Amino acid sequence: MPRILIAAILVLGTAFALPATAAEFRAGDISVKDPWARASIGTSRPGAAFVGIRNAGAEADRLTGVESPVAGHADLHRTSMVDGVMKMEPSGPVAVPAGGMVMMEPGGYHIMLMKLKTPLEEGTTFPLTLTFERAGAVTVEVSVMGPGAMGGGHGHDSGD
Amino acid sequence: MNPRIMALAVAILAAVVAAGGLAFMFLPVMAPNQQQAASSQGPVIGGPFELVDDTGKAVTDEDFRGDFLLVFFGFTHCPDVCPTTLGEIAATLDRLGPQAGRVQPLFISVDPARDTPAGLREYIKAFDPRIVGLTGTPEQIKAVTKDYGVYYAKADGSDGSGGTSDGTYSVNHSSITYLMGPDGAYLRTFSYGTSPEKMAEAIAAQIAESG
Repeated sequence: MPRILIAAILVLGTAFALPATAAEFRAGDISVKDPWARASIGTSRPGAAFVGIRNAGAEADRLTGVESPVAGHADLHRTSMVDGVMKMEPSGPVAVPAGGMVMMEPGGYHIMLMKLKTPLEEGTTFPLTLTFERAGAVTVEVSVMGPGAMGGGHGHDSGD
Repeated sequence: MNPRIMALAVAILAAVVAAGGLAFMFLPVMAPNQQQAASSQGPVIGGPFELVDDTGKAVTDEDFRGDFLLVFFGFTHCPDVCPTTLGEIAATLDRLGPQAGRVQPLFISVDPARDTPAGLREYIKAFDPRIVGLTGTPEQIKAVTKDYGVYYAKADGSDGSGGTSDGTYSVNHSSITYLMGPDGAYLRTFSYGTSPEKMAEAIAAQIAESG
Protein backbone atom coordinates (compact mmCIF):
# COMPACT_ATOMS: atom_id res chain seq x y z
CA MET A 1 0.00 0.00 0.00
CA PRO A 2 1.34 3.45 -0.82
CA ARG A 3 2.91 5.18 2.21
CA ILE A 4 0.73 8.24 1.83
CA LEU A 5 -2.40 6.09 2.13
CA ILE A 6 -1.08 4.41 5.29
CA ALA A 7 -0.23 7.81 6.72
CA ALA A 8 -3.70 9.12 5.88
CA ILE A 9 -5.38 6.15 7.53
CA LEU A 10 -3.24 6.58 10.66
CA VAL A 11 -4.05 10.28 10.89
CA LEU A 12 -7.78 9.71 10.37
CA GLY A 13 -7.74 6.85 12.85
CA THR A 14 -6.18 9.07 15.49
CA ALA A 15 -8.74 11.77 14.83
CA PHE A 16 -11.62 9.38 15.37
CA ALA A 17 -10.04 7.91 18.50
CA LEU A 18 -10.11 11.32 20.18
CA PRO A 19 -13.42 12.16 21.88
CA ALA A 20 -15.46 13.86 19.20
CA THR A 21 -18.34 14.67 21.52
CA ALA A 22 -18.47 16.31 24.94
CA ALA A 23 -16.66 14.91 27.93
CA GLU A 24 -18.21 11.87 29.60
CA PHE A 25 -17.01 9.91 32.64
CA ARG A 26 -18.43 6.60 33.82
CA ALA A 27 -18.74 4.57 36.99
CA GLY A 28 -21.06 1.58 36.96
CA ASP A 29 -24.45 2.66 35.61
CA ILE A 30 -23.67 6.31 36.19
CA SER A 31 -22.25 8.59 33.52
CA VAL A 32 -21.27 12.16 34.28
CA LYS A 33 -21.32 14.48 31.29
CA ASP A 34 -19.89 17.87 30.41
CA PRO A 35 -18.42 18.91 33.77
CA TRP A 36 -17.88 22.66 33.67
CA ALA A 37 -17.24 25.46 36.12
CA ARG A 38 -17.30 29.23 36.12
CA ALA A 39 -13.98 31.02 36.51
CA SER A 40 -13.57 32.16 40.09
CA ILE A 41 -12.92 35.79 40.92
CA GLY A 42 -10.13 35.82 43.47
CA THR A 43 -9.71 32.90 45.87
CA SER A 44 -11.74 34.25 48.76
CA ARG A 45 -14.97 33.72 46.83
CA PRO A 46 -16.54 30.32 46.21
CA GLY A 47 -16.62 28.73 42.77
CA ALA A 48 -19.44 26.79 41.16
CA ALA A 49 -19.26 23.64 39.02
CA PHE A 50 -22.07 21.97 37.10
CA VAL A 51 -22.48 18.44 35.68
CA GLY A 52 -25.08 16.32 33.92
CA ILE A 53 -25.66 12.90 35.46
CA ARG A 54 -27.34 9.98 33.73
CA ASN A 55 -28.29 6.75 35.50
CA ALA A 56 -28.59 3.96 32.95
CA GLY A 57 -29.29 1.36 35.65
CA ALA A 58 -32.51 -0.23 36.89
CA GLU A 59 -32.10 1.16 40.40
CA ALA A 60 -32.03 4.74 41.65
CA ASP A 61 -28.75 6.15 42.89
CA ARG A 62 -27.75 9.23 44.89
CA LEU A 63 -24.87 11.65 44.63
CA THR A 64 -23.73 11.91 48.22
CA GLY A 65 -20.40 13.69 48.12
CA VAL A 66 -18.05 15.83 46.07
CA GLU A 67 -14.44 16.75 46.60
CA SER A 68 -11.59 18.35 44.69
CA PRO A 69 -7.97 19.21 45.36
CA VAL A 70 -8.69 22.80 44.29
CA ALA A 71 -11.12 23.38 47.15
CA GLY A 72 -10.73 23.04 50.90
CA HIS A 73 -14.44 22.26 51.07
CA ALA A 74 -16.87 21.18 48.35
CA ASP A 75 -20.58 20.55 48.73
CA LEU A 76 -23.82 20.19 46.82
CA HIS A 77 -25.93 23.35 46.89
CA ARG A 78 -29.20 24.37 45.38
CA THR A 79 -30.56 27.76 44.41
CA SER A 80 -34.27 28.32 44.64
CA MET A 81 -36.54 31.31 44.21
CA VAL A 82 -39.49 31.81 46.54
CA ASP A 83 -41.70 34.90 46.09
CA GLY A 84 -38.98 36.68 44.13
CA VAL A 85 -36.31 36.02 46.78
CA MET A 86 -33.25 34.01 45.71
CA LYS A 87 -32.09 31.55 48.31
CA MET A 88 -29.12 29.20 48.20
CA GLU A 89 -28.56 26.28 50.56
CA PRO A 90 -26.84 22.90 50.95
CA SER A 91 -29.04 20.41 49.13
CA GLY A 92 -28.04 17.15 50.76
CA PRO A 93 -27.69 14.05 48.55
CA VAL A 94 -29.03 14.43 45.03
CA ALA A 95 -31.21 11.56 43.80
CA VAL A 96 -30.68 10.25 40.26
CA PRO A 97 -33.68 8.13 39.27
CA ALA A 98 -33.32 4.78 37.52
CA GLY A 99 -33.07 5.41 33.81
CA GLY A 100 -33.13 9.14 34.54
CA MET A 101 -31.02 12.26 34.42
CA VAL A 102 -30.12 15.20 36.62
CA MET A 103 -28.87 18.39 34.97
CA MET A 104 -27.04 20.81 37.19
CA GLU A 105 -27.25 24.35 35.84
CA PRO A 106 -27.18 27.98 36.98
CA GLY A 107 -30.28 28.71 39.02
CA GLY A 108 -30.60 25.10 40.20
CA TYR A 109 -28.21 22.53 41.63
CA HIS A 110 -24.51 23.28 41.65
CA ILE A 111 -21.36 21.98 43.23
CA MET A 112 -20.05 24.75 45.42
CA LEU A 113 -16.28 24.89 45.72
CA MET A 114 -15.33 26.74 48.88
CA LYS A 115 -12.02 27.68 50.47
CA LEU A 116 -10.38 27.64 47.03
CA LYS A 117 -6.71 26.78 47.11
CA THR A 118 -6.08 28.06 43.62
CA PRO A 119 -8.17 30.36 41.44
CA LEU A 120 -10.29 28.62 38.81
CA GLU A 121 -8.96 30.10 35.59
CA GLU A 122 -10.89 30.19 32.35
CA GLY A 123 -9.46 27.78 29.79
CA THR A 124 -7.98 25.38 32.35
CA THR A 125 -9.30 22.13 33.84
CA PHE A 126 -9.27 20.60 37.31
CA PRO A 127 -10.21 17.21 38.80
CA LEU A 128 -13.43 16.69 40.75
CA THR A 129 -14.48 13.43 42.42
CA LEU A 130 -18.18 12.64 42.73
CA THR A 131 -19.23 9.85 45.10
CA PHE A 132 -22.44 7.93 44.43
CA GLU A 133 -24.16 5.68 46.94
CA ARG A 134 -24.32 2.68 44.55
CA ALA A 135 -21.92 3.50 41.72
CA GLY A 136 -19.10 4.62 43.96
CA ALA A 137 -16.59 7.34 43.13
CA VAL A 138 -15.93 8.80 39.70
CA THR A 139 -13.31 11.43 39.03
CA VAL A 140 -14.08 13.88 36.26
CA GLU A 141 -12.17 16.64 34.54
CA VAL A 142 -13.92 19.98 34.86
CA SER A 143 -13.52 22.61 32.13
CA VAL A 144 -13.38 26.17 33.42
CA MET A 145 -15.45 28.62 31.36
CA GLY A 146 -15.98 32.38 31.78
CA PRO A 147 -17.21 33.88 35.06
CA GLY A 148 -20.75 34.36 33.77
CA ALA A 149 -20.93 31.26 31.61
CA MET A 150 -24.33 29.62 31.36
CA GLY A 151 -23.20 26.28 29.96
CA GLY A 152 -20.18 24.16 29.27
CA GLY A 153 -19.17 21.39 26.94
CA HIS A 154 -19.76 22.17 23.33
CA GLY A 155 -21.92 25.24 23.73
CA HIS A 156 -20.68 28.80 23.70
CA ASP A 157 -20.84 30.79 26.90
CA SER A 158 -21.86 34.34 27.63
CA GLY A 159 -19.07 34.74 30.12
CA ASP A 160 -17.28 37.55 28.33
CA MET B 1 -84.94 94.61 66.87
CA ASN B 2 -82.31 95.97 69.15
CA PRO B 3 -79.79 97.81 66.88
CA ARG B 4 -76.87 96.19 68.76
CA ILE B 5 -78.15 92.68 68.11
CA MET B 6 -78.76 93.66 64.50
CA ALA B 7 -75.18 94.84 64.14
CA LEU B 8 -73.94 91.64 65.75
CA ALA B 9 -76.05 89.54 63.39
CA VAL B 10 -74.72 91.41 60.36
CA ALA B 11 -71.15 91.02 61.62
CA ILE B 12 -71.60 87.29 62.13
CA LEU B 13 -73.23 86.98 58.72
CA ALA B 14 -70.35 88.87 57.13
CA ALA B 15 -67.83 86.70 58.91
CA VAL B 16 -69.56 83.55 57.76
CA VAL B 17 -69.70 84.82 54.17
CA ALA B 18 -66.06 85.84 54.36
CA ALA B 19 -65.08 82.49 55.78
CA GLY B 20 -67.09 80.74 53.11
CA GLY B 21 -65.45 82.89 50.45
CA LEU B 22 -61.99 82.10 51.75
CA ALA B 23 -62.81 78.41 51.90
CA PHE B 24 -64.08 78.58 48.34
CA MET B 25 -60.83 80.22 47.26
CA PHE B 26 -58.69 77.56 48.87
CA LEU B 27 -60.74 74.59 47.75
CA PRO B 28 -59.25 74.16 44.24
CA VAL B 29 -55.76 74.41 45.76
CA MET B 30 -56.53 71.74 48.32
CA ALA B 31 -57.92 69.24 45.84
CA PRO B 32 -54.73 68.66 43.80
CA ASN B 33 -52.73 68.37 47.03
CA GLN B 34 -55.10 65.73 48.19
CA GLN B 35 -54.64 63.94 44.88
CA GLN B 36 -50.88 64.06 45.25
CA ALA B 37 -51.16 62.76 48.78
CA ALA B 38 -53.29 59.88 47.57
CA SER B 39 -50.82 58.81 44.89
CA SER B 40 -47.83 59.12 47.21
CA GLN B 41 -49.54 56.92 49.74
CA GLY B 42 -48.72 53.99 47.45
CA PRO B 43 -45.16 52.58 47.68
CA VAL B 44 -42.66 55.01 46.19
CA ILE B 45 -39.79 53.03 44.77
CA GLY B 46 -36.31 54.49 44.88
CA GLY B 47 -35.48 57.87 46.29
CA PRO B 48 -32.36 59.50 47.74
CA PHE B 49 -29.46 57.29 48.78
CA GLU B 50 -25.97 57.76 50.20
CA LEU B 51 -23.56 54.98 49.35
CA VAL B 52 -19.92 54.33 48.47
CA ASP B 53 -18.90 53.44 44.92
CA ASP B 54 -16.33 50.86 43.92
CA THR B 55 -13.54 53.43 43.86
CA GLY B 56 -14.24 54.23 47.50
CA LYS B 57 -15.91 57.55 46.74
CA ALA B 58 -19.03 58.65 48.64
CA VAL B 59 -21.91 59.08 46.18
CA THR B 60 -25.57 59.98 46.31
CA ASP B 61 -28.43 59.35 43.91
CA GLU B 62 -27.94 62.87 42.54
CA ASP B 63 -24.55 61.90 41.15
CA PHE B 64 -26.41 59.69 38.67
CA ARG B 65 -29.00 62.20 37.41
CA GLY B 66 -29.14 62.37 33.65
CA ASP B 67 -28.64 58.62 33.19
CA PHE B 68 -31.24 55.89 33.10
CA LEU B 69 -30.35 53.57 35.98
CA LEU B 70 -30.53 49.78 35.96
CA VAL B 71 -30.45 48.99 39.68
CA PHE B 72 -30.03 45.47 41.01
CA PHE B 73 -28.93 43.94 44.30
CA GLY B 74 -26.59 41.05 45.15
CA PHE B 75 -23.29 40.11 46.74
CA THR B 76 -19.95 39.01 45.37
CA HIS B 77 -19.61 35.76 47.36
CA CYS B 78 -22.47 34.44 45.24
CA PRO B 79 -21.34 31.88 42.64
CA ASP B 80 -24.65 31.20 40.93
CA VAL B 81 -27.30 33.95 40.72
CA CYS B 82 -25.18 37.11 40.73
CA PRO B 83 -22.77 36.06 37.95
CA THR B 84 -25.81 35.15 35.86
CA THR B 85 -27.40 38.56 36.48
CA LEU B 86 -24.18 40.48 35.84
CA GLY B 87 -23.72 38.57 32.60
CA GLU B 88 -27.26 39.42 31.55
CA ILE B 89 -26.82 43.10 32.38
CA ALA B 90 -23.59 43.12 30.33
CA ALA B 91 -25.40 41.44 27.43
CA THR B 92 -28.22 44.00 27.71
CA LEU B 93 -25.69 46.85 27.41
CA ASP B 94 -24.16 45.19 24.37
CA ARG B 95 -27.58 44.91 22.74
CA LEU B 96 -28.28 48.59 23.36
CA GLY B 97 -25.22 49.47 21.29
CA PRO B 98 -24.52 53.23 21.28
CA GLN B 99 -27.57 53.83 23.50
CA ALA B 100 -25.80 51.94 26.28
CA GLY B 101 -24.10 55.24 27.08
CA ARG B 102 -27.42 56.54 28.43
CA VAL B 103 -27.84 53.64 30.85
CA GLN B 104 -25.90 53.22 34.09
CA PRO B 105 -26.16 49.79 35.74
CA LEU B 106 -25.75 49.91 39.51
CA PHE B 107 -24.91 46.70 41.41
CA ILE B 108 -25.78 47.40 45.05
CA SER B 109 -24.32 45.00 47.61
CA VAL B 110 -26.50 43.41 50.26
CA ASP B 111 -23.32 42.16 51.96
CA PRO B 112 -21.47 45.34 53.06
CA ALA B 113 -19.48 43.34 55.64
CA ARG B 114 -17.59 41.45 52.93
CA ASP B 115 -18.09 43.64 49.84
CA THR B 116 -15.53 46.41 50.11
CA PRO B 117 -15.20 48.92 47.24
CA ALA B 118 -12.07 47.13 46.00
CA GLY B 119 -13.77 43.74 46.24
CA LEU B 120 -16.72 45.03 44.23
CA ARG B 121 -14.38 46.45 41.60
CA GLU B 122 -12.49 43.16 41.27
CA TYR B 123 -15.75 41.24 40.87
CA ILE B 124 -17.45 43.57 38.40
CA LYS B 125 -14.33 43.89 36.24
CA ALA B 126 -14.75 40.21 35.38
CA PHE B 127 -18.11 40.98 33.74
CA ASP B 128 -18.36 44.56 32.41
CA PRO B 129 -16.47 47.65 33.60
CA ARG B 130 -19.47 49.81 32.67
CA ILE B 131 -21.32 48.46 35.71
CA VAL B 132 -20.78 50.51 38.87
CA GLY B 133 -20.72 48.72 42.22
CA LEU B 134 -22.12 50.39 45.33
CA THR B 135 -21.62 49.40 48.92
CA GLY B 136 -21.70 51.33 52.20
CA THR B 137 -22.26 51.05 55.91
CA PRO B 138 -24.86 48.51 57.06
CA GLU B 139 -27.14 51.46 57.82
CA GLN B 140 -26.76 52.91 54.32
CA ILE B 141 -27.51 49.52 52.75
CA LYS B 142 -30.48 49.07 55.07
CA ALA B 143 -31.86 52.43 53.93
CA VAL B 144 -31.47 51.90 50.20
CA THR B 145 -32.88 48.36 50.28
CA LYS B 146 -35.88 49.67 52.20
CA ASP B 147 -36.47 52.37 49.58
CA TYR B 148 -36.42 49.79 46.80
CA GLY B 149 -38.53 47.27 48.67
CA VAL B 150 -35.66 44.77 48.56
CA TYR B 151 -35.58 41.86 51.00
CA TYR B 152 -32.21 40.55 52.12
CA ALA B 153 -31.07 38.30 54.96
CA LYS B 154 -27.84 36.57 55.96
CA ALA B 155 -28.15 32.80 55.79
CA ASP B 156 -25.54 30.70 57.54
CA GLY B 157 -27.18 27.32 57.13
CA SER B 158 -28.12 27.03 60.77
CA ASP B 159 -31.90 27.30 60.63
CA GLY B 160 -32.95 25.78 57.32
CA SER B 161 -33.46 29.12 55.65
CA GLY B 162 -30.45 28.88 53.39
CA GLY B 163 -26.70 29.27 53.66
CA THR B 164 -23.46 27.47 52.98
CA SER B 165 -21.89 24.46 54.64
CA ASP B 166 -18.36 25.80 55.15
CA GLY B 167 -18.95 28.02 58.13
CA THR B 168 -19.47 31.19 56.11
CA TYR B 169 -22.80 32.58 54.90
CA SER B 170 -24.76 33.48 51.81
CA VAL B 171 -27.34 36.24 51.57
CA ASN B 172 -30.88 35.54 50.46
CA HIS B 173 -32.07 38.54 48.47
CA SER B 174 -34.76 39.86 46.13
CA SER B 175 -33.93 39.30 42.51
CA ILE B 176 -35.70 42.16 40.76
CA THR B 177 -33.92 44.70 38.53
CA TYR B 178 -35.24 48.27 38.62
CA LEU B 179 -35.22 50.81 35.77
CA MET B 180 -35.10 54.42 36.97
CA GLY B 181 -35.32 57.51 34.76
CA PRO B 182 -32.74 60.30 34.27
CA ASP B 183 -34.70 62.37 36.82
CA GLY B 184 -34.36 59.63 39.42
CA ALA B 185 -38.00 58.55 39.18
CA TYR B 186 -39.01 54.90 39.10
CA LEU B 187 -40.00 53.60 35.65
CA ARG B 188 -40.43 49.82 35.82
CA THR B 189 -38.98 46.51 37.00
CA PHE B 190 -37.60 43.45 35.25
CA SER B 191 -38.08 40.10 36.95
CA TYR B 192 -35.19 37.67 37.33
CA GLY B 193 -34.55 35.78 34.13
CA THR B 194 -35.85 38.47 31.76
CA SER B 195 -33.72 38.03 28.65
CA PRO B 196 -31.19 40.69 27.63
CA GLU B 197 -33.17 41.02 24.39
CA LYS B 198 -36.36 41.94 26.23
CA MET B 199 -34.58 44.28 28.65
CA ALA B 200 -32.75 46.11 25.87
CA GLU B 201 -35.99 46.46 23.90
CA ALA B 202 -37.87 47.89 26.89
CA ILE B 203 -35.04 50.25 27.82
CA ALA B 204 -34.67 51.50 24.25
CA ALA B 205 -38.41 52.23 24.21
CA GLN B 206 -38.10 54.25 27.43
CA ILE B 207 -35.17 56.20 26.01
CA ALA B 208 -37.12 56.96 22.84
CA GLU B 209 -40.15 58.08 24.86
CA SER B 210 -38.11 60.48 26.93
CA GLY B 211 -36.53 62.11 23.86
